[in-house]
Amino acid sequence: MNKSSKLIAIITVAVASVMIGCKPRGAQSAVSGDAAQKTYVAPGKYDEFYDFVSGGFSGQMSVYGLPSGRLFRVIPVFSVDPEKGYGYSEETKAMLNTSHGYVPWDDLHHIALSETNGVQDGRWVFGNGNNTPRIARVDLKTFRTAEIIEIPNSAGNHSSPFITENSEYVVAGTRFSVPLDNTNGDVPINTYKQNFKGTVSFIRVDTSGRMNIAFQIQTPGVNFDLARAGKGKSHGWVFFSCYNSEKANTLLEVNASQRDKDFIMCVNWKKAEGYVKAGKAEKRTVAYAHNVYSEVTHSATSEIEKEVLVLDPKNCPDMVYFMPCPKSPHGCDTDPSGEYIVGSGKLAAVIPVFSFTKIQKAITDKNYDGDYDGIPVLKYESVLHGEVQKPGLGPLHTEFDADGNAYTSFFVSSEIVKWRISDLKVLDRVPTYYSVGHLSVPGGPTRKPWGKYVIAYNKITKDRYLPTGPELAQSAQLYDISGEKMKLLLDFPTIGEPHYAEAIPADLIVKNSQKIYKIEDNQNPFAAKGDANARVERKGNEVHAYITAIRSHFTPDNIEGVKLGDVVYFHVTNLEQDWDIPHGFAVKGANNAELLIMPGETQTLAWKPDRVGVFPIYCTDFCSALHQEMQGYVRVSAPGSTVPITFSTGKNEPTGPIAQNK
Amino acid sequence: MYKKLFFSLILLGVISFLAISCGSEGVKKDEPAVDINELTKSQPETKGAEVKETDIQITHPLNKDWIASGKSIYELKCQPCHKLNEEKLVGPGWKDVTKRRSAVWIMNMITNTDYMLDKDPEAQKLLELCMVRMPNQNLSLEDARQVLEFQRSNDGEK
Repeated sequence: MNKSSKLIAIITVAVASVMIGCKPRGAQSAVSGDAAQKTYVAPGKYDEFYDFVSGGFSGQMSVYGLPSGRLFRVIPVFSVDPEKGYGYSEETKAMLNTSHGYVPWDDLHHIALSETNGVQDGRWVFGNGNNTPRIARVDLKTFRTAEIIEIPNSAGNHSSPFITENSEYVVAGTRFSVPLDNTNGDVPINTYKQNFKGTVSFIRVDTSGRMNIAFQIQTPGVNFDLARAGKGKSHGWVFFSCYNSEKANTLLEVNASQRDKDFIMCVNWKKAEGYVKAGKAEKRTVAYAHNVYSEVTHSATSEIEKEVLVLDPKNCPDMVYFMPCPKSPHGCDTDPSGEYIVGSGKLAAVIPVFSFTKIQKAITDKNYDGDYDGIPVLKYESVLHGEVQKPGLGPLHTEFDADGNAYTSFFVSSEIVKWRISDLKVLDRVPTYYSVGHLSVPGGPTRKPWGKYVIAYNKITKDRYLPTGPELAQSAQLYDISGEKMKLLLDFPTIGEPHYAEAIPADLIVKNSQKIYKIEDNQNPFAAKGDANARVERKGNEVHAYITAIRSHFTPDNIEGVKLGDVVYFHVTNLEQDWDIPHGFAVKGANNAELLIMPGETQTLAWKPDRVGVFPIYCTDFCSALHQEMQGYVRVSAPGSTVPITFSTGKNEPTGPIAQNK
Repeated sequence: MYKKLFFSLILLGVISFLAISCGSEGVKKDEPAVDINELTKSQPETKGAEVKETDIQITHPLNKDWIASGKSIYELKCQPCHKLNEEKLVGPGWKDVTKRRSAVWIMNMITNTDYMLDKDPEAQKLLELCMVRMPNQNLSLEDARQVLEFQRSNDGEK
């Protein structure tokens, strides 16, 4: 072998090895070589996106960084959180009030980030309470639940809280049809077809974020599943998927799967607004809680509202249409242009894509296929853009990138399928591990998808993590979609069960992030602004301790004169004005939780001592080198005791005979 | 020889083409990272620039309004740690602080607390003594000046 042929041989081997290195794309190949680099966010560096992930049956919302998959925070929304005192402190209890009283848990499925002109704006994130129908608004300045509104005439608020492109409304469709609140609900269940109705609610969001139920639309007794607002040309419409057009009240698994097609319900909400203005809505007596948290008083108020306006499509022509959609549609997603609506029949063999232009034309031409309970049914063929053929098994949800591509999750065949909207061609598919439910592309439901990634939120993890007994880790998976082929980059565990999630570029949130509450602005009526206001007062059986906290002591930290039978209210004000210096507060034997008090904030813990003795109090949040010294005592005397209320810090030295013994 | 070289070059070209085509589609790494300091500027938390000697005017007689507002700021934000006599609580007592320290040092300690604790030897000595980092209590320059007036009054100046 001469020199040159040696060279050629070497080069040939090199070519071959490069080609081999290029090849794999089977089950083993799910992760490509540079995945670690693409998800690595070096210590001290920031992630590119915030990802707001529903906590499912945990009732909370979690916040992750992408692409790292690092968990930053769990925001308590519908469930109590003893760690933060949420639902336990006197100030936050009212957030969980409902017409059923205090409900300390719910099932949060879907996320909606606020939008302006169809683009995420980073002001608020909404979440739905599925079980006891509610919608929550989280303020992204503070990452705290700012408001919760209950939805009357609803049972299972699943089709919620999808948002319109200027955050005019978030919607709430009831999953269960039921006898409505102002009717006699004591009816045989098998009278479903006569007595059970559905509703969809339009919750107005004003510029401050405050919600109110503008109107509801009463519908036939179907089950609403998901929804999406139109955008761009279809702004002014909302599309609700629904199943059980059979109106079955038992064994829905079989009985609600009879018909070849169910519906997507198209609602012209601009028209609905007009009907409300024209006085076509009926005022109905209901009861629902409306809870608002004030950042100024650091406390929540709960009001029971008594009325809701209901529109009946019978009296409101051209407001509601049904669009046939194969086999119990679940996802119902509008593309960034607003022209296409993608329905995902859970049992369908195709993905139908509807055209908004064709819907308008069919309405104009009255191209109907009869009606359903008096509501016109548009002819399937007349509104169809086309069907994606053989996409996979069990399509659930679709999100979009900015380049005209759609990404659909397939639960049964455990994969994400990328397809092109224009010609409905399948372009790529990747497996998920396992049984993906929702999926999300950053900005995917808006007019401006940011793209880069798709995240799969899986229902089953089976063998993906170290086993943890019968209940395994919940999980999401991050895929790179910046190239032609989707690539799995990362598995990361989630809290609760993740349903929908939305990711948003970090800079849209970071610039508004609040660091402290200004102590000067604190208007909590129980605040002790400065040590001169720290005190303990008795009011009958109530003892109110107005306590200040600063590194690293409480004022007062010695409290006497509490008697068995009293309720002690610890109103703790954190006097710090520095970022990341919360103080905690706990008292031995308290039957509730701790407090975590942010800088400048006042929070209250109620405590009913159960025995005579001396009870320690301490700071639970490591605040300084002398954090362990941040402690004190409360003395509890017998009911008839004459020990007066006294309180102090740094002064309670022995007197009398004990002092002389020193 | 030229032919062989030419052939090799073509092969190299093929290799690099293959390497590129299967390599680097994916997330772009070259986008600017988020600048958190830039993004968090619009915050209620006040952190002044370093106070210079020339920024402060020491005037006589004392400004009565400043003393009054300085006192209320003291009661809200300083009193838990600083007594008005010489006794140390969490931090040193304030008696004669305006005689021990320059006005510019005091103003910086109040408005640029972290900077002082990281850079100033006298502030660091106090940290070793007290073992608690003095919190930044979010005082503006004007607030700090009023507190200084209150301290001067506490030290008997007229």
